[in-house]
Amino acid sequence: MSSKATMGGDGRRRWLRRALLAPYLWLLLFFLAPFGIILKISFADPVVAIPPFTALLDWSVSGLAIIQGTFDNYVFLFEDNFYVTIYLSSIKIAAVATVLCLLLGYPMAYFIARQRSALRNLLLLAVILPFWISFLLRVYAWIGLLNNHGVINNALMALGIIDQPLPLIYNDFAVYIGLVYSYLPFMILPLYANLERLDLDLHDAAADLGARRWQVFVDVTLPMSIPGIIAGCLLVFIPASGEFIIPALLGGSDTLMIGRILWDEFFINRDWPVASAVSVVLLLILVLPMIWFQRLESRQMESAT
Amino acid sequence: MKGRGTALLTIAVFGYAFLYIPLLSVIFYSFNDSRLVTLWGGFSLRWYQALFESEEIWSAALLSLRIAVISATLATILGTLVGLGLNRLGSFRGRMLLTGMITAPLVMPEIITGISLLFLFITLADWFGWPASRGAMTITIAHITFSMAYVAVIVRSRLSGMDQSLEDAAMDLGGRPMRVFFDITVPMIAPAMVAGWLLSFTLSLDDLVIASFVSGPGSTTLPMLIFSKVRLGVTPDVNALATVIIVLVSIGVITAGMIMHNKEKTAETGHG
Repeated sequence: MSSKATMGGDGRRRWLRRALLAPYLWLLLFFLAPFGIILKISFADPVVAIPPFTALLDWSVSGLAIIQGTFDNYVFLFEDNFYVTIYLSSIKIAAVATVLCLLLGYPMAYFIARQRSALRNLLLLAVILPFWISFLLRVYAWIGLLNNHGVINNALMALGIIDQPLPLIYNDFAVYIGLVYSYLPFMILPLYANLERLDLDLHDAAADLGARRWQVFVDVTLPMSIPGIIAGCLLVFIPASGEFIIPALLGGSDTLMIGRILWDEFFINRDWPVASAVSVVLLLILVLPMIWFQRLESRQMESAT
Repeated sequence: MKGRGTALLTIAVFGYAFLYIPLLSVIFYSFNDSRLVTLWGGFSLRWYQALFESEEIWSAALLSLRIAVISATLATILGTLVGLGLNRLGSFRGRMLLTGMITAPLVMPEIITGISLLFLFITLADWFGWPASRGAMTITIAHITFSMAYVAVIVRSRLSGMDQSLEDAAMDLGGRPMRVFFDITVPMIAPAMVAGWLLSFTLSLDDLVIASFVSGPGSTTLPMLIFSKVRLGVTPDVNALATVIIVLVSIGVITAGMIMHNKEKTAETGHG
């Protein structure tokens, strides 16, 4: 065997390097290449055909013409206040939901991190469990609660607190509930991972030595948990801003979220070039938070080694 | 001092109630005889019967399971290789690009992944005649692509906490790279691979948005079917289906949790 002659590590590295080609090519083809295509289609002219955009094969011949003729899709996006409003409103909804997740998730993560280890594992399991149950079905569960004749309205009316059902569903309120509910585990888990590594007992000791508890929290614990806060916020904010299922099932007709508009543009209006341009702009908005997340992730990997 | 403890406890109780009340409500109303979902009409199993007799639901569920098993398996293989590569190879050409391509799917909005993959499949069909039609296979490819990112992250973080000396020793003793990989490396990272497989399986079973884009006529997955039912309003048979899923998942997660807990315990006593 020739591999015997080389140093063990080298042989293994060579083997691994070869094997790595498979996932590498896979990702180039099925992850990276699609973005090139979407970019290209966003510059294409819409036509009534299947597929509903100018043929891709013509590109090499008439590429110049297409590119010249078709900043239109982008011009259309920014001339029409409609899309600008939707981007802003998606960002706003995602940001508010992120803050709400943080306000609920931070105390929960802190509470879990302070328990004894047996109870801690149980509490953590209870946070993770809903995450394994279908996202769609969990959003669906809220329809039954928030409906005009749903559990909450029925209960309030039976108690005589209200006599007309409250408008709890098909509006922004329901979308916030759905977002916080669905993304809460994504906030709690990175926060917990961060808080667990801090020695919270030490912070308690500082408090016992006379520092005020609130002071210790604000001066010591909170600053040290900032990496966890950032990771949790990004994990909630980025997918929430492109969310489709929640606004589609719980939102009203006036709930403006880009994911839903994109779906309609694609499946109902069948204007694929505009849908592509909408996606490209959304991607550009999200690219900075995504790079931030990636930096955070790899720094964490390195510090763990 | 005490005040803060109570405040924390209150928030935690509220948080857990918030997480679990919707699930409990679905389970409760799945036994409701009334067609009006939230009006209690007495205990009944009729929606479960309707569920099990529904041809439509069975075939969608089987399609979803088939896609989930195949995509989870391939995603685990490919994702494990990426995790190993990033952990073991140090710097190599294209490392930055690989890291980017493997982290981005974790946070990429599904709708963008869906649209861009559909365009890819159309373009490939245009150029090479493949894939001739869209359906189970294109959905599987899409699911492998985003699932392998999760597997890679899990495997990589497991590897970063492990020491390589056993593998190095085996290699120095003349073991062939493949042998060493399957005899030593795989058993060491097996828990991460299992976790990655289970996560991929769940994500695949759960996916509505991406599947809706890359699917073709005749391939309706379970989430696609549920979504089309739910869009028309609350339907009692979906409550029954949700209950079945909640119960199965809970059993699975709790069992896994117990196995891990026991392992930790034996590991602790073993060392001490």
